[in-house]
Amino acid sequence: MARSTFQRMLGIAGAFAVLAILGFVILPAAVVTLAAFNDKAILAFPPQTWSWRWFAKAIAYDDFRSGFGNGVIVAGWASSIALLVGTTFAFALDRYAFPLKRTIETVLLSSLVVPHFTIGLGFLILAAQIGWARGFIVVIACHVVLVLPFVLRSVYVSLRNLDQRLELAAASLGASPGRVLVTVTLPLLAPGLVGGWLLAAILSFNEFTASLFVTAQRTQTLPVAMYNYVREYADPSMAALSVMYILATATLLTLANAYLGLGKLLNVETRR
Amino acid sequence: MKPQPFLRTFVFPAALCALGFLAAMATVLQYSLRAYVPGSLEAGELTLDNFSALLKPLYARVFLDTVWICFLTAVCTLIVAYPIAYALVRAQNRLIKAAILIIAVTPLFLGEVVRTYSWIVVFGNNGFINSALLKLGVIDHPLQIMFTSFAVITALVHVTLPVMVIMLAAALAHIDPTYERAAQSLGAGPIRTFVSVTLPLSAPGIIAGVTTAFAWTFSAFATPQLIGGGQVNMISNLVYQLGLASFNFPFAAALSVAGLALTFAILSLLRFAARPLEKFGPH
Repeated sequence: MARSTFQRMLGIAGAFAVLAILGFVILPAAVVTLAAFNDKAILAFPPQTWSWRWFAKAIAYDDFRSGFGNGVIVAGWASSIALLVGTTFAFALDRYAFPLKRTIETVLLSSLVVPHFTIGLGFLILAAQIGWARGFIVVIACHVVLVLPFVLRSVYVSLRNLDQRLELAAASLGASPGRVLVTVTLPLLAPGLVGGWLLAAILSFNEFTASLFVTAQRTQTLPVAMYNYVREYADPSMAALSVMYILATATLLTLANAYLGLGKLLNVETRR
Repeated sequence: MKPQPFLRTFVFPAALCALGFLAAMATVLQYSLRAYVPGSLEAGELTLDNFSALLKPLYARVFLDTVWICFLTAVCTLIVAYPIAYALVRAQNRLIKAAILIIAVTPLFLGEVVRTYSWIVVFGNNGFINSALLKLGVIDHPLQIMFTSFAVITALVHVTLPVMVIMLAAALAHIDPTYERAAQSLGAGPIRTFVSVTLPLSAPGIIAGVTTAFAWTFSAFATPQLIGGGQVNMISNLVYQLGLASFNFPFAAALSVAGLALTFAILSLLRFAARPLEKFGPH
């Protein structure tokens, strides 16, 4: 009897701890939302008067607009290239034997632990040497390297979970390797591919440190524009933009969770 | 040998990416060994001066501070993330599970700038905490929270929390629940079961999480730059100042190389120290 009371108390304490930590996670987002609707240019809690005007200002601000456009270009290209490279390589990694297999894998995965300022600096100097420092190519190349491990992992996990007997069945019925790939393997991998692409696109769109090094005024992405804004101005436009950012990301993730199973994508759920 | 259709087509793009990445890293290494020519982006002759300059107390101090901040952040993140990962894996209700997952993971995708800005709003002199404390009458003038290590580490824990949760949850999800039931049926209480069964079995996740948190904190730039405000400096801030403000690429490169060597040394040390722990883990 004593144990069951004790266990119940432990459960309640645990639930409170979890709630408190989730509160800590949400706190900045909640506070920024409050700040975004404050009518005054100076922070005040709680706001005395409320308004939407900072949202209008953030949307109308030129650097944010061009940063958004540049971000879409960079994230679109980088995540699509990473998807292509990651999918083909994950396939080769899972099925084939070839020279330098582990070396290429290690190099590509190491961008996870190399500080982003080092990667950014490397691409910046490299691009400056060949005269590409002001273009999109270096930004996209840098982002491909940064997001590739995530795509690779997502596709690799899906490949591992794929029932190879389905491919063997297609092959034994006379389908060529190309046909097996297109009609059996790729459709079965689809959720992993979409998930990996989405992850890569979101991460690329939000990449800041490396972008700060490799972007120029013309190719500046949204996080870099936001950073420059925070350094120069203190009005709540940035809070308004943050709120839009948080809402968009949470919506995307909720959709990804509903349709793709975020838990499986991140490998935190075992299949039942 | 099994046929390997499309082998070259499949490996070539990845090899190209790996080559590009290696080229960028090689450039950093090469620049770190060259002299700085003021007013020019080109580097001068071969030299080791950049590395000997790193030994100056000013830079040595930043290196020590960086490692200390990374260490504290990794440990605090582990403590805060474990209950969340545990709840995420053990929650029975699908809605609660999804809610925990989305709340815990969303910050990962917000990027450093939005999160750092949000913490500025929380910590600032007119910020949330100071306003709340003033209203409650706990303090009569605003506390200086910005520009302190406490503020920087709190924000950094917030940054690394999602990755840690993901890695711990991945490890916890793969523990066979029958082990815990076995311990309980043999008379172990909930705390004993946790300490002697669940915790050791999740060791691989702990190691992966701590090392990743360490590496990510090392990589953080916007948080120490904006919240530290020059009072709390990390290697990333120095690299940025030297590289993009004074265009001293060679010295920035030398700092990066030294930082990289330091991260790898510490990470392998962590892995090595954790080996006895890992023996408990599932294989």
